[in-house]
Amino acid sequence: MNRRQEASEVMVAERKGGLWLLAGALFLLALVSMAVGKYAGPSEIVAALRSAASGQATDPVLSTVLWNVRLPRVAGAILIGAALAAAGATYQGLFRNPLVSPDILGVSGGASLGAVIGIFLSLPVIAIQAVSFAGGLLAVAAAYAVGMAIRGRDPALTLVLAGIAVGALVGAGISLIKILADPYDQLPAITYWLLGSLTAITRLDVVSILPALLVGLVPLVLFRWRMNLMTLGDEEAQTLGVDTRLTRAVLVAAATLITAAAVSVSGVIGWIGLVIPHIARMLVGPDFRRLLPASMISGSAYLLVVDMLARSIALIEVPLGILTAAVGAPFFLWLLASGRRAWQ
Amino acid sequence: MTLEIRGLAFGYGERTVGADISLSLATGEVLALLGPNGAGKTTLFKTVLGLLPVKAGDILLDCKPLSAWSRRQRAKRIAYVPQAHAALFPFTVLEVVLMGRAPHLAPFSSPGARDRRIAMEALAGLGMAHLATRPYTEISGGERQMALIARALTQEPSILVMDEPTANLDYGNQMRVLSHIRSLAERRLSVVLSTHNPDHAFLVADRVALLHASKLIALGSPREVLTAAALKQLYDIDVVIGSIDGSKARLCAPRFAAPLP
Repeated sequence: MNRRQEASEVMVAERKGGLWLLAGALFLLALVSMAVGKYAGPSEIVAALRSAASGQATDPVLSTVLWNVRLPRVAGAILIGAALAAAGATYQGLFRNPLVSPDILGVSGGASLGAVIGIFLSLPVIAIQAVSFAGGLLAVAAAYAVGMAIRGRDPALTLVLAGIAVGALVGAGISLIKILADPYDQLPAITYWLLGSLTAITRLDVVSILPALLVGLVPLVLFRWRMNLMTLGDEEAQTLGVDTRLTRAVLVAAATLITAAAVSVSGVIGWIGLVIPHIARMLVGPDFRRLLPASMISGSAYLLVVDMLARSIALIEVPLGILTAAVGAPFFLWLLASGRRAWQ
Repeated sequence: MTLEIRGLAFGYGERTVGADISLSLATGEVLALLGPNGAGKTTLFKTVLGLLPVKAGDILLDCKPLSAWSRRQRAKRIAYVPQAHAALFPFTVLEVVLMGRAPHLAPFSSPGARDRRIAMEALAGLGMAHLATRPYTEISGGERQMALIARALTQEPSILVMDEPTANLDYGNQMRVLSHIRSLAERRLSVVLSTHNPDHAFLVADRVALLHASKLIALGSPREVLTAAALKQLYDIDVVIGSIDGSKARLCAPRFAAPLP
């Protein structure tokens, strides 16, 4: 083995070490996040854990706060942050565009329209989530069908443009329902949902999105190296033996599934899928084998932090969409201005 | 014989760009394709690479129609070297070169130590080993072209298809790329390349094909084919062809209507 090769092995090892560091940081953040909030601070949490460990009865209110409010919230932030960031990293590579986010094909729009219709019809929460999930998948399926029907020169570009058109249509639908909705009861619920929140998340919500997240993650993990080839563009990837149509279809379906699942319980949380993959790329490089785990961990950590802010900076809960944009947009501008080579 | 094209018509969708093309490529042969802008060189290459369907006639790879090969099997025989382009994401040079291993790997697997060794050997063979860990986005155009050649070699193909391998390179890099193409041919690789520079065809090509007005108008050794008359027909430019004392290479010099300075 020559010196250069050794150097490259060392670099790979360093990048792997970076992933473990990130995972450790996420674990610590999750612990801190369990202990932040109005009802119980760190000292109460430690006391509760101590009494639970010694078999004594804990304060029932405290244990409700811990296990039924905070745990689902922390777990939800971890899952949803990871899901949105993984989908973002996938779409950015797949469409060869670093400014693409998980809602590029209209998945968030479709899921929003579904949820808004659900709220408008006063459906139960679980039904709203189901309609929202279906809406997200339908919107992307529509964009995909249109994109495939148009035999353009660049299939990726056609797909993105079809997604933008479908997103606009869906947006019109949302606006229409907002006008028709009851302004005292339904409209605030709709507005709140459209800005994203983990306030009302339950353990059942977390468990119910797990299967879709896992199923969607499997192709991303299996195609983790092939994904790099998709960033070369269709023709080059094809000359390297890749079936780009099939690969793109599978990966779009997978990323859509996890986005729709996440959005169906949390509402629309923007910016994570756009910004986090850039940060992950700066940390571990563009190789999807490391980019995927790094994006997921960073996405989880980011949403944990933002959710902690959401429940602690003001008397009322601040919707997450407002915070992710308020933190994400300036950061993104800094990224652009500082000329960091996360993309060329 | 590795590649044979018989009575080929090619083009996009409904449009036929070229027709009645017949040529063959022998093992270890360098074939240069010349033609004015829009003559269909790139379209012909895309058809040979299986990116566009054959409209009429046959393309035979090892005596078997191109369409009978799977995409992966084809990628093990024919490798494509695109024009040096800017990559979107800052992959390292080694990561880019490793992508050439794709046709040899199962869909769900990643390159291993053996693939890494093949990629490093390809880089070292082109004098590029020292750039392995550099981001592909930060090296020069000439180095990118070399990295893409290394990627193609990592596919372990028998045929290289190169789309204007000297375009956008400075004079030194042009000559280095051409000299590497010659040494690839010495190693029994067949190369098809397109170029806009007749001098380059003189330097590397065993045979030259001229594509003009959707037809193959000449095919043969550079000396036979690249005549002043042929270049006049191709580019509508008057040239003189000769050689300079001390160099074996034949060169092509233009004759302008206006007096030279």
